Amino acid sequence: MSASAHASDKPKIDYPLNVIVATDCGSTTTKAILIEKVGDEYRQTYRGEAPTTVEAPFEDVTRGVLNAIAEIEELSGRKILDGDKIITPCRDQKTGVDIYISTSSAGGGLQMMVTGVVQNMTGESAQRAALGAGAIVIDVLASNDGRLPHEKIERIRSMRPDMILMSGGTDGGAVTHVVEMAEYVAAAEPRPRFGATYRLPLIYAGNKDAQGQVKKILGEKAALEITENIRPVLERENLAPARNKIHDLFLEHVMQQAPGYKKLMEMAGAPIMPTPAAVGVIMETIAKREHLNLIGVDIGGATTDVFSVFEGVFNRTVSANLGMSYSISNVLAEAGLANIMRWVPFEIDEQTLRNRIKNKMVRPTTIPQTLDELQIEQAISREALRLALIHHKSLATGLKGVQQERTISDVFEQGASGKTLIDMLKLDLIVGSGGILSHAPRRIQSMLMMVDAYEPLGFTRLSVDSIFMMPHLGVLSTINEKAATDVFVRDCMVYLGTCVAPIGQAKAGDRLADYELTFPDGRVVKDQLNMGELRLFPLGVNEQATLTMQPAKAINLGQGAGVPVTREVQGGAVGVMLDGRGRPLQLPADSPARVAALTKWFKAVELYPRL
Amino acid sequence: MAHSYTPGLTVTEQTVIRRRRQLPLPGTVLVKVGDRVQSNQPVAKAELPGKVYPLNLANQLGVAPDEIPDYLVKKAGEPVQKDEILAENKPLIKWFKTEIRSPITGVVESLSTVTGQVLLREPPRVLDVLGYVDGTVVDVQPQQGVTVEAVCTLIQGIFGIGGETWGTLAMAAQSPDEVLTPAHLTADMKGKIVVGGSFLPAETLAKAKEVGIAGLVVGGIHDKDLRALLGYDLGVAITGTEQVGFTLILTEGFGTIPMAQKTFKLLSAHAGQKAAISGATQIRAGVIRPEIVIAKPVGTLSAGQAAAPQREGIQIGDPVRIIRDPLFGKIGEVSALPSDLQKIPTESNVRVLEVRFPDGQVAVVPRTNIEVIEG
Repeated sequence: MSASAHASDKPKIDYPLNVIVATDCGSTTTKAILIEKVGDEYRQTYRGEAPTTVEAPFEDVTRGVLNAIAEIEELSGRKILDGDKIITPCRDQKTGVDIYISTSSAGGGLQMMVTGVVQNMTGESAQRAALGAGAIVIDVLASNDGRLPHEKIERIRSMRPDMILMSGGTDGGAVTHVVEMAEYVAAAEPRPRFGATYRLPLIYAGNKDAQGQVKKILGEKAALEITENIRPVLERENLAPARNKIHDLFLEHVMQQAPGYKKLMEMAGAPIMPTPAAVGVIMETIAKREHLNLIGVDIGGATTDVFSVFEGVFNRTVSANLGMSYSISNVLAEAGLANIMRWVPFEIDEQTLRNRIKNKMVRPTTIPQTLDELQIEQAISREALRLALIHHKSLATGLKGVQQERTISDVFEQGASGKTLIDMLKLDLIVGSGGILSHAPRRIQSMLMMVDAYEPLGFTRLSVDSIFMMPHLGVLSTINEKAATDVFVRDCMVYLGTCVAPIGQAKAGDRLADYELTFPDGRVVKDQLNMGELRLFPLGVNEQATLTMQPAKAINLGQGAGVPVTREVQGGAVGVMLDGRGRPLQLPADSPARVAALTKWFKAVELYPRL
Repeated sequence: MAHSYTPGLTVTEQTVIRRRRQLPLPGTVLVKVGDRVQSNQPVAKAELPGKVYPLNLANQLGVAPDEIPDYLVKKAGEPVQKDEILAENKPLIKWFKTEIRSPITGVVESLSTVTGQVLLREPPRVLDVLGYVDGTVVDVQPQQGVTVEAVCTLIQGIFGIGGETWGTLAMAAQSPDEVLTPAHLTADMKGKIVVGGSFLPAETLAKAKEVGIAGLVVGGIHDKDLRALLGYDLGVAITGTEQVGFTLILTEGFGTIPMAQKTFKLLSAHAGQKAAISGATQIRAGVIRPEIVIAKPVGTLSAGQAAAPQREGIQIGDPVRIIRDPLFGKIGEVSALPSDLQKIPTESNVRVLEVRFPDGQVAVVPRTNIEVIEG
């Protein structure tokens, strides 16, 4: 499985690209960056942002793009716009840019329904194909999903997906159930969300022997596309053809429904990439280049996209309706008030908190002005991150990618789904992106949000997208790899440091481990980490320290209970954090005790200006 | 930083709006360009396909799917009455005869010799699309719908629930900061659009249902009361299809927030007139905000003014509402637009503006935390 864009998308540009302007049209904010070649190296020099303008009165995504670029113009002194046009290529040192590129998730995302025959087999394969293409899967219908036929039909009618992916059956196997599902889809006469004039895109990627029947049943009722079976034999998935087809249809049909999108396509010098696909490209590149097991997250206004690469296998999930602006209220609905409250370091009554969250939902572009508002948003983000990772773990399971085989005996063991590939003990790096992480006033805030949400085990490095430019660099990498790599290394990726978290529990204050931390200048810190403590040691970017830990008998640092560990730990903008809060992380149930514990931890790492 | 764009809500005495009235699937348009239409007048209609009932005849008759045509009494495309025989076998001994009867009245839509099922479909349901606002048809999209233009007073709310409805505007509150209590709602408000002040408590919601009020327009509501009203926690702001007995529009937000003076005054000025309201809210791509439309007589405004007002950006003197704590709901006017980034208490460096309140006090607020009151 790969996040890469189609090779055919690469535009042919016959002049050097020295000045590049890139935008990402998010659901809430449009971000623009300017990249300039300085000597032999590309650097990100200026940035601007503006509210995304799919809303009235503009209802034209390009207005937000022009506003964000206008900010860059003002800051840089470079003339980029000629009225509503971007000047390309550069006319002189201070006029124009060589190319304009963009990513977008402003259309509200691609909402898909998928169908299979067996829910845990072809149904899940179809779901993985759709998720990997950056879609939001709104339902999985299968012959054995427990719903009655008329309930399935009603579901298709009421959900109004942007696209349907049908799978089911191995090549040469029985066709009955596949045809039955096609009959249900046809009977539902599905209508797309947008536009009464175009037919719903429908991809058939099931048993090839049923292609003729499916064509007969659905050919007149939908814009049918037929592609290779995603499960040609029981032991193998073949997700790429269906995924590419989804991507093509997404660009062709769905993204264009965002107000002003056609104009945006005309402005851009390369195909516009969906934001999750672009971030996926970057995450996969980092993991492959550094041979890492990685979890990446992009927490946006409407969705939280999670990426992982474990043992070279890439996975992506899009958690629809888990976000920090439009979907913030859904985080409350899914996580529950108590789970959000447990991260808030002060008492607040339920009614006030609920009203504040709803007010953010209806006015999604606002930002926290006071410290308590910031703390509430960061509490909510912990839950959004946590829920999205649970979702990702449930789908990043065995039988991934093309040519990965399993035996028939494994298939019988597949009760609900394969075993998750996400092994937190083998995790090397967590990469965070998205407004709440990239724009946190203190980098330690980004680090602790991710640590609290993901509860990394043992030794884990963390990093964050400095100003939220991974989507831009994802699309840039498809047209100029050097520029994307230069900017990524120099300006984008900020290493935060390393979190060291012993696994296990003890009584509050009891010894978890003895540690000895040797800094690059030879300074040595020897001490004891006790249960319930959080300690932070500054250690700069590109600096390494040696950490030796002797855990207590029942405590594990990845090598087994009570086994000592010596490791080189990497520094960063924050440093080395020893997390003695136990794994799994348990917060006091009693409210005053919980507030006291949070206050103690937050003070220990200087999370906020005053506590 | 001349291009700062801030989303705003329109509250205006006179504007021209155009509303597309579109069928969900091809149908018939009932009016033509130039026709004057009323809110409750059908302008297009379509037949929504009826519900589908799959029946697996092969299983029920115990035969192979490809043998099904031999047993059918009703063929594909034929109408069928409830309990009428659809298919039957012809055994040698009559006692063993199996008859499959139709569970519905409708038509036999299709028959599959692969799966052995028939799909029966109920008769179509006629769907009328109404005019929604009193206005003039300015565009017809054949088989799809029309665009109705209206010269009107327009007030956009921030959030709403419930669909389109109509009624006479009735002012229940005397001032924008008054809480709308059950005592404010009287029997003569049945079928009307009732305007409250700063807050709508749960008891008043119950009373509104009891009285049969068509629509409620208020400053704020508690989220917990909304949850109780809907029966679930609203996750994303995509609404308009709720059926709670009335349409509800919030002009300010969640909590107790006095309605903007301008909004309250405008509504008061039109008390007793007919208003069309919609609670439909969609805060995603192609945003939809709830609205109150009070149509004016034909000829009030010259044609060609339908385009949405284009603002260049926020200006000194613009009336604004603060939309985030700690000053949430306060209304003032922009007194300065400093161009440099400023550090706010969260330690973020952001673009700010200064707002002067009616009492002369001035506050510095992130630009993104205000909303222009347009119109």
